[in-house]
Amino acid sequence: MNTSTTWSEYIITRLIKVTGYSAILFVVIIFYFLLNEGLPALGEVPINKLLSTRWYPIENYFGILPLIGGSIIVTLGAALFAMPIGLGTAIFIAEIAPRWAREILKPLVEVLGGLPSVVLGFLGILILSPDLRRLLNLPTGLTAFTGSLLLGGIALPTIVSVAEDALDAVPRSYRDAALALGATEWQTIWRVTLPAARSGVLTAFMLGIGRAIGETMTVMMVTGNAPVMPTGISAFFSPVRTMTATIAAEMGEVANGSVHYHVLFLIGITLFLISLAINITASTVVFRQRKRQERILS
Amino acid sequence: MQRSFLFIILIITLMGCVSIPEQSIIKSPHSAAAYIQNKGSDTIVNLALAWAERYQTLHPEARISVTGGGTGTGIAALINKTVDIANASRQIKPEELAQAEAKGQKPVEFIVARDAIAVIVNPKNPVNQLTLQQISDIYSGKINNWSEVGGDNRPIVRLSRETNSGTHVYFLENVLRLGQKDNKTLFSTNTLLLPSSEGITAEVKDNPNAIGYDGLGYVTLDVKVIAVAKDLVGSYILPSAKTVNDNQYPIARDLYMYTASSPIGAIKDYLDWILSPEAQAIVTQLGFVPIVKP
Repeated sequence: MNTSTTWSEYIITRLIKVTGYSAILFVVIIFYFLLNEGLPALGEVPINKLLSTRWYPIENYFGILPLIGGSIIVTLGAALFAMPIGLGTAIFIAEIAPRWAREILKPLVEVLGGLPSVVLGFLGILILSPDLRRLLNLPTGLTAFTGSLLLGGIALPTIVSVAEDALDAVPRSYRDAALALGATEWQTIWRVTLPAARSGVLTAFMLGIGRAIGETMTVMMVTGNAPVMPTGISAFFSPVRTMTATIAAEMGEVANGSVHYHVLFLIGITLFLISLAINITASTVVFRQRKRQERILS
Repeated sequence: MQRSFLFIILIITLMGCVSIPEQSIIKSPHSAAAYIQNKGSDTIVNLALAWAERYQTLHPEARISVTGGGTGTGIAALINKTVDIANASRQIKPEELAQAEAKGQKPVEFIVARDAIAVIVNPKNPVNQLTLQQISDIYSGKINNWSEVGGDNRPIVRLSRETNSGTHVYFLENVLRLGQKDNKTLFSTNTLLLPSSEGITAEVKDNPNAIGYDGLGYVTLDVKVIAVAKDLVGSYILPSAKTVNDNQYPIARDLYMYTASSPIGAIKDYLDWILSPEAQAIVTQLGFVPIVKP
């Protein structure tokens, strides 16, 4: 009896260990695969061609700048839209809403997070984009702005959910102390609770942005996919083509091992590096803050 | 996954095959091997489905699966030997032919139907007719306002299929470049590349600024078809089975099926049937143009 318990425990520990390590292994394998398929593009296409502004792969125009620009502008729009609203919602749910409202709101937000993005894209193409065109008097409703609004909607549940957890984790005593010192409720939230939960809120933003930049289906359906180099504010209200939509639309067609195929993987690498940069920035900021907090506490 | 909503996937599994005793399969290997994989152009997919359904009711021993995905996808699959027949809305490219030959294949071409590409606008747009040169100038970005071609003072929003579509390539070569080999005109960069025919129809239906193009079989009643003239002296012609067969409508093309080598057995039977008057009658029903007069 005793030995069988230790045996099963041994196996379970090992299994968990293997699953843990396999995550690292998969990341390494995927990264290797990406590099292996994408780096040849650097040798096949001159770098000044890659950094040009014309993307038309069937005639060998491989300028990836408009695609990077497209992804950035759509994600930036989504972040500008989702961060304030997400934070506001999280503060409301965690700090202000009465208990019963909170118990309805939190699960609702999480249900919103489970909405398939293709459904949102469908709503976008049928309702949002025609309405935006009429409302803002644009030539077409299939614009970066439409994509941003929908992507914001996709990032929102992530931001709300993670930020709310972070706010919720701030000890009760912080708020009590602030209120006891005569701070108003708003002062408590803005000066005490929010700074205390800063790292969690920042993580929420980064996860939300990460979700937005990697999103494919919705942007492919509503941004019009025109590879125009975005310049200035007006680009926000015109069609763009994102990196993700390009890969999704073109990968099915390319001949294995062709130049176009390698360039698509190079775009994948670029996307990966951008996400990585966002994550590293976020974690260094969080890490630096933690160190400062530790100093203050000690 | 991401484009699967476009793909109309049909795998009709005829239960008849299951109930055939094993012996009869051994006796007639011809019919037992009749599982045909068919993939490619989204333009042809509905037609190929209709053919497959009809053929299977006539020949219960045959099983045909039809998938869309675009001409390039279909030909790539043919070269990679995952399908028996590739549907194509353009001819195979020299690069693709070279790839196939490198794998020891000799692709055989069959013209299975004809199709007109209709240029469509919103019904509210007063423009009724354009010349090929005007359409080329619109798509290449030389004409940017409807007033330049006799319409309202509205910006032009250009809609196109994605670059993996045979229709896109056909339109580039025969409309934008007017069929001239050394013409290097490109689509204006702000041309919207939509992933499906439905996307184009939906936007044209809603947006009075839009111009799009689509296979005649996909044109719905709530968009307006433009009459097209080859040049300024030619007359403006609306696309229809008659004007395509008389070679009057200028934007018409052949639709193809490719096999990896000369077809034998069940695949040959199927392709022969497709060229028969009976199968070509289905072509007419779906809004395409038959190659054999029924």
